Amino acid sequence: MSRYTTTTDADLREMLQTIGVGSLDELFDRQIPAGVRLHERLDIPEGLPEQDVYAHLRDLAAKNTSAEDEITFLGAGMYDHYVPSVIDMLMSRSEFLTPYTPYQPEISQGGLQVMFEYQTTISELTGLPVSNASVYEGPSAVAAAGYLAKLANGKARYVVSAGLHPHSLQTLRTYAHGYDIEVVVVPLKDGVTDPDAWAAAIDGETSAVFFAQPNVLGAVEDASALSAAAKNSPAVVVAQVDPITLGVLAPPGECGVDVAVGEGQALGNRLDFGGPSFGFFAATEAYLRRMPGRIAGETKDVDGRRGFVLTLQTREQHIRREKATSNICTAQALNALGGVVYLAWLGRQGFQELGELLLQRTHYAREQLAALDGVRKLHEQPVVREFALTLDVPSVAAVIDRCQDAGVHPGADLETLTGDPAHRGGLLVALTEQRSRKDIDRLVEVLGAAVTAERAAGTTTGVAA
Amino acid sequence: MSAPLSDNVLHGDPGIEAHPPRHELPIDATGGTPMQRSEVKTIFEKGSPGRRAFSCPKVDVPMVEGLLPDAYRRTEPARLPEVSEPELVRHYVNLSKRNFDLDSGFYPLGSCTMKHNPRLHERVAGLPGHARLHPLQTPKRAQGALELMYNLERALGSVAGLPHVALQPSAGSHGELLGVLLTRAYHEDRGEHRRKVLTPDTAHGTNPATVTMAGYEVVKVGTNPDGGVDIEDLKAKATTDVACLMLTNPNTLGVFDPNIEEIAHIVHEVGATLYYDGANLNAVMGISRPGDMGFDIVHYNLHKSFTQPHGGGGPGSGPIAVSDRIAPYLTVPVIEKQDDGTFTLEHDPAEGRPGSKSIGRLRGFQGNYGCFVRSYAYICSLGAEGLKDASETAVLNANYLLAKLRALGVTEHLPLAFGELCMHEFVLSGAPMKKDLGIKTLDLAKRLLDHGFHPPTVYFPLLVDEAFLIEPTETETKETLDAFAEAIAAILTEAGEDPAIAQNAPYTTPVRRLDEAAAAKSPVIRQPL
Repeated sequence: MSRYTTTTDADLREMLQTIGVGSLDELFDRQIPAGVRLHERLDIPEGLPEQDVYAHLRDLAAKNTSAEDEITFLGAGMYDHYVPSVIDMLMSRSEFLTPYTPYQPEISQGGLQVMFEYQTTISELTGLPVSNASVYEGPSAVAAAGYLAKLANGKARYVVSAGLHPHSLQTLRTYAHGYDIEVVVVPLKDGVTDPDAWAAAIDGETSAVFFAQPNVLGAVEDASALSAAAKNSPAVVVAQVDPITLGVLAPPGECGVDVAVGEGQALGNRLDFGGPSFGFFAATEAYLRRMPGRIAGETKDVDGRRGFVLTLQTREQHIRREKATSNICTAQALNALGGVVYLAWLGRQGFQELGELLLQRTHYAREQLAALDGVRKLHEQPVVREFALTLDVPSVAAVIDRCQDAGVHPGADLETLTGDPAHRGGLLVALTEQRSRKDIDRLVEVLGAAVTAERAAGTTTGVAA
Repeated sequence: MSAPLSDNVLHGDPGIEAHPPRHELPIDATGGTPMQRSEVKTIFEKGSPGRRAFSCPKVDVPMVEGLLPDAYRRTEPARLPEVSEPELVRHYVNLSKRNFDLDSGFYPLGSCTMKHNPRLHERVAGLPGHARLHPLQTPKRAQGALELMYNLERALGSVAGLPHVALQPSAGSHGELLGVLLTRAYHEDRGEHRRKVLTPDTAHGTNPATVTMAGYEVVKVGTNPDGGVDIEDLKAKATTDVACLMLTNPNTLGVFDPNIEEIAHIVHEVGATLYYDGANLNAVMGISRPGDMGFDIVHYNLHKSFTQPHGGGGPGSGPIAVSDRIAPYLTVPVIEKQDDGTFTLEHDPAEGRPGSKSIGRLRGFQGNYGCFVRSYAYICSLGAEGLKDASETAVLNANYLLAKLRALGVTEHLPLAFGELCMHEFVLSGAPMKKDLGIKTLDLAKRLLDHGFHPPTVYFPLLVDEAFLIEPTETETKETLDAFAEAIAAILTEAGEDPAIAQNAPYTTPVRRLDEAAAAKSPVIRQPL
């Protein structure tokens, strides 16, 4: 008996007697062949009292430098937004935390209505009529959109902007290899998808086109033009969107995008070293019955009361099996709850105000930083909350290290992120509402000093740190 | 017989909890519970223009106009709710009360392993050093996270009896996809292009769906009269064109396949891999290891066996473990422990290391770390002995509940579909009940709601007519199991007198049976605004 089980010796005796076996071992001996019984102890340390487990996990946490410990400008897909206290409270409520998928709608109306409200907010943000109740996270949502296109038109090729987040591109490649779709990458030009190369890559065999808004360099793409280029092809137009930017940027549904997907972490979810968060997945009406994952719908009960159910389930794996639109089962319901509560907390005006605030502070940070010696903008395109710089130093990692020693994380090393040697010297800087002008000024000071020091060191030694 | 009403009844409204079981009330006395009488409104139908819960920080930098071209700008704001914080809190707290949850009652949903979620896990996962750690933090400043993941990998590997673990997949089905893609990479690397994957007809729906997504053809393998794989059928279908057999063991019937060693032999004989769907791992932790059974690839559901809360449908986490021959293809990044005791994230592992011929990524960053923290805490709490105790108790509880149902005569109407004993779950067939008493498995499930229990999984597995799949888990006390068995017996007795009661159940829930056909016919999947 551990502290999570309850069988006393007296219980055990009575239970074994009711079952009609002499011992626990007999239960297993009669069912599991002797050849595959384990006769040794698992190689796992002895269990600990709760307070010792807490202390161990606390000690591990203390070995990490979190956004609580430094002023961070890291983004590149996940962002240090403030998570309001109401979200902690609601996400930790037993009624939301501990049930499973609402298979029994009569006793799951809370979760189902949350899904319905969530779908409505995602539909509002993206300007697309159809949203599911969440998928795992951003990059796999991109791949799921690819699978939708594959089932919809069966064409041979994906055309992908190099501005897509590298994790999304890599995930799409992994999935596409499974069902033999070729992935063609279109390069960036001046920080955005090269429009001529993009148009030239799309043809009658294009299954889907993918771009990011804003792209991995933080640049705002001409979404309408990129979508229009695919208009005369069978391709499904897929955009991976940073939802926070939709307070100021035109919604993908108004730009000709067919499927808008993305990482939902910025909407009320913690960083959690990369997850769990949620992926959102919205589409035009045409793809309603090809959507992956759960969808909640409104209906009435036998007494005429308004209620909600999981609907259009004939798309799903538990019914359609090998013909399902996706294999997804467990998704991210709790994290999606965080998302809808966050958007309701921000509210209609707050969502726009947040977008404008980020736009202004990001512009300020970009101009201040680009004015430093040895620092320039990687591109001149408009940005909303993230931008790329080029540092004239032998090692961006060494600059980041110096800044972190001074208590500031200046952003992501772009070359490490994308694996593209063309991004050598690149730094990707992200803003949230938690980074004030004072923080930005501090970044300018620290990064300036680090670049100067690193350039001096590089000149002296001639090697990267 | 009167079933005691569980004190776990839905919605924490004291006015409702005091009700006796509904079948003791006249059926037409349903003026409705307070929850039923309240009018349902969405958050979009509440609030008023101008209300807000968020105070935006002031723009503290010089305002600049025209930062975005007009053509790129949003012209109409997203029509998000306009509510104050108190309204927001009331709305969602009231919604929460319309959910049944594991913290308040028995949740024997088969194949879902609804075991207790210790609150310690929420506390430690919420520590800022874990919760506010950015996934791209420099590895030398994220040593605690990497150490935790490394330790978790080792512990999971020990449970599976396989040496290499990748934590990246986001849920069980994601782990399955990785497993089948690894199989494909393994065969392709050997210059083989196999086309088929075998799945038993008892498999979870995610198995065949995964096979298709990974570009393979599904070939179904039959089940023998004992509930195991039909060996002759397997032999006939196990050709050199088969890439993999996906198996759950114990399977979804709660049967541990007695022929597992022979099955592994048949599959390996044709050069295929053997994949273990870990949905039912809670039956065998510390008792039997998939690696020792001959499995090459195993996925875990951290939200099942390792008690990550289910969250109303996620988050989950679906790490996988593999044998040496599959290890080169694992996802990147890979965590490595260096000689100096530090941990690194390798994106391009050296020749001969796991991931050196990686298939790539399956998602962003390193996986659902928040789930890793919880499951790691669970493993630290229980240790080897505690994990074994969990599985032993889960199997004990399932067998006890089965025996209790037999003792109460329930299995006369709902016989066990296969076998005598069971592992951690068992399937009853409601077919005789439907014929003799006139109520379907669905009716039984709905009537259980009035008794304050979450029903078991219904109509799965598909090969059992009127299936009723019960997984009590190690969490439950003998008293709860007794009460549940008695509730089922009471419902059957009641149905013998008047089947209409169960046929029209439930009566005490916030809403009663919902029109799912209408919902699918003309879908309303967002609030019209």
